[in-house]
Amino acid sequence: MATSRHSNVLPGFNLALGYTLVYLSLIVLIPLAAVFIKSTSLSAAEFWNVVTAPRVVASYKISFGLSLLAAAINVVFGLMLAWALVRYSFPGKKLVDALVDLPFALPTAVTGIALTAIYAGNGWLGKPLEAIGLKVAYSPPGILVALIFIGLPFVVRTVQPILEDLDTELEEAAASLGARRWQTFRRVVLPILLPALLTGFALAFARAVGEYGSVIFIAGNMPFVSEITPLMIITKLEQYDYVGATAIAAVMLVLSFFLLLVINLLQAWTARRTGRNR
Amino acid sequence: MRSELFSRALVRFGLLLGTGLCFSVAQADTTLLNVSYDVSRELYKDINPAFSAHWQAGHGGEKVTVNQSHGGSSKQAMSVAAGLEADVVTMNQSPDIDILVTQGGLVAADWKKRFPHEAAPYTTLSVFLVRKGNPKGIRDWSDLTRPDIQVIVPNPKTSGNGRYTYLAAWGYALEQAKGDEAKAKAFVKALFRNVPVLDGGGRGATTTFTQRDIGDVLVTFENEAVLIGKEVGGAQFEVVYPSLSIEAAAPVAVVERVVDKRGSRALATAYLNFLFSPAGQEIIAKHSFRPRDPAILKKYAARFPALRVFTVENRLGGWAKVQQTHFADGGIYDQIVEQ
Repeated sequence: MATSRHSNVLPGFNLALGYTLVYLSLIVLIPLAAVFIKSTSLSAAEFWNVVTAPRVVASYKISFGLSLLAAAINVVFGLMLAWALVRYSFPGKKLVDALVDLPFALPTAVTGIALTAIYAGNGWLGKPLEAIGLKVAYSPPGILVALIFIGLPFVVRTVQPILEDLDTELEEAAASLGARRWQTFRRVVLPILLPALLTGFALAFARAVGEYGSVIFIAGNMPFVSEITPLMIITKLEQYDYVGATAIAAVMLVLSFFLLLVINLLQAWTARRTGRNR
Repeated sequence: MRSELFSRALVRFGLLLGTGLCFSVAQADTTLLNVSYDVSRELYKDINPAFSAHWQAGHGGEKVTVNQSHGGSSKQAMSVAAGLEADVVTMNQSPDIDILVTQGGLVAADWKKRFPHEAAPYTTLSVFLVRKGNPKGIRDWSDLTRPDIQVIVPNPKTSGNGRYTYLAAWGYALEQAKGDEAKAKAFVKALFRNVPVLDGGGRGATTTFTQRDIGDVLVTFENEAVLIGKEVGGAQFEVVYPSLSIEAAAPVAVVERVVDKRGSRALATAYLNFLFSPAGQEIIAKHSFRPRDPAILKKYAARFPALRVFTVENRLGGWAKVQQTHFADGGIYDQIVEQ
C-alpha cells in the first residue's frame, strides 16, 4: 500500500481520489449525516425510549435475524447454483443464468404480491404447505422467503467469476495426492471461494435488512411477530414523527454498518490467509 | 441494489420529463393541481372534466386542465409540505390538512370554515363486507370479537381507513359500556386479537380478503365495499351495515401559499365549490360516497341505507385528542396490541 503512489503506472491519483470523495459525500455521507443530525434533536433519554420500545426491539430481532438467516441460506444454495452454472452444461443453461438476475430487476412490490399469491393459504404452494402445518405467507417464514428471493443474485454473481477462474486441475491434483472428494472441497475449493462467499453474504444481508417493498405484502405486519424495522420507520413517518423515524433509522445504520464491518474484516482475514490478495 | 438505483434514477428522470410536460401544458391552458389521497382516483377522473366544462361555460371558453396526484393521504400531505405546488388538497382525514397549517402555514387556520359542511363535500362510513350468505352470521361490532371470527382491517398506524375502523369499534364499545373506557379497551383488544394480517392500506386489506380468502369479515369504507362488489364479483360478497358506524368526512382546502404565487385563487375556490354544487354532488353519489346535499342523498337513498353514525368531532373530542390518546406511541392502540 505504502508504495502504491510511486509505483502507479497511470497518472491522476489525486484527481481520482478527489472525485471519489466528493461523489461519496454527495451520494452517501451527506444524506446519512442528515439522519444523525435530525435524530439529535431528541434528548438522550427520549432517543433511548424511542429506539428501545419493546415493539421496535422486536422488529430489530425480526429484521436482522431473518436477514442473516436469509443470507446464510443464500450462501449455501447460491454456491450450488453458481457451481451448476459454471461446471455443468445442460439444456436451457443460458436461460437459468439470465433468470438469476430477475430478483435484481423486478419491482419489489411485484415480488411481494407474487410471493404472497403463491404462498397464501389458497395459493399453489401455500395450500399444500398449510396442510402439513407450515404457514408461510403472513408469518415470519414468509418474510424469510421474500428475503431469500431478493438476496439470491448477490451470492451467485459474486461466486460465479471466482469459480470460472478456478482450474479443475487443482481438484485433480488434490485427488491424485489422495484427497477424498469432501477433503478436496473443504481444503482446496472452499478456502478459495470463501472471500467471495463472504462478499455475497454481506451484500445479500445488506439488501435484506433494508428491504421494504416485497416484505410488506407477505409479512402480515403483526406487532411483535412479523413487523420489520423499516415498517416501524414508515409508521413513525405516517404520524409525522420525523425525529422518531430518524432515530430508528440511525440505529439501523449503526447496526448494519457494524455487521458489515465485521463481515469485511472477516473477509480480509480469510483473503490474507489464503493469500489471494497478493 | 445497483439495478434498483438505476430504476429509481429512471423513474426520477420520467418524473422530471412529466413535470416538464405539465409546464408546457401550463403555458397553453390554465391548470390546477389537485393533490389527493389514494382511492379518490376514480372520483376525480369524473369530477375534473365536468368542472372544466362548467368553468369554460362561465368564463368565455377559457380551458382548464386539472392535474391529479394520488397516493397515501399522509404521504401526499408531506409532499405538499415539502414543496409540491398543489393549488388544492382533497384528503380523507382532517389531520392531513391540519399538518399543512402547522407546517409553514400553507393552508389557512380556519380552513374548515371556508367551505360548507366543515369543508367536507362528502362522507363515507366504516361497514362490513362478509362472504356470500354471511356463513358466520356477522351482524354487528360485537360479533367481531367472537373467538371464531377472523377480521381483516388495514393497519391503523399507517392507514386512515384502519384508524376509522378502530375508532368506530371504540365508539360502539364506549356506547355499549356507557362510557366505561376500561371495558371499551377490552372490547377493541378482543377485536384486534382476531386480526390475522395488518395490511398497509385499504386496498391491501381488500386484496387479502378477496384474493387470498383470508378472514370472515373485511371492515372498510362503504365506497370501497361497493367497489369490491362491482370489480371482483358481487356474487361472492355482501355488505353488512352495523348498528352504529363512524362518519369519515373527506375534507378539502385551498393551499393559500400556492394560489397566491400562481394567481389561481379564483379557479381553485371555484373548483372546490363545484364539489358542493348539485352537479358535483351527483358525481360523488355515483361513486358511492355519501353526498352532503339532502336532495341528492334522497335521490340515491337506495344506495345509502340510513345508519346511526357518530363523528370524531362530536363524540371523541376531535382529531388532535384522538391522535394523542389512541394512536401516538404508547397510546391506547399500542397498549391493546401489546401482548
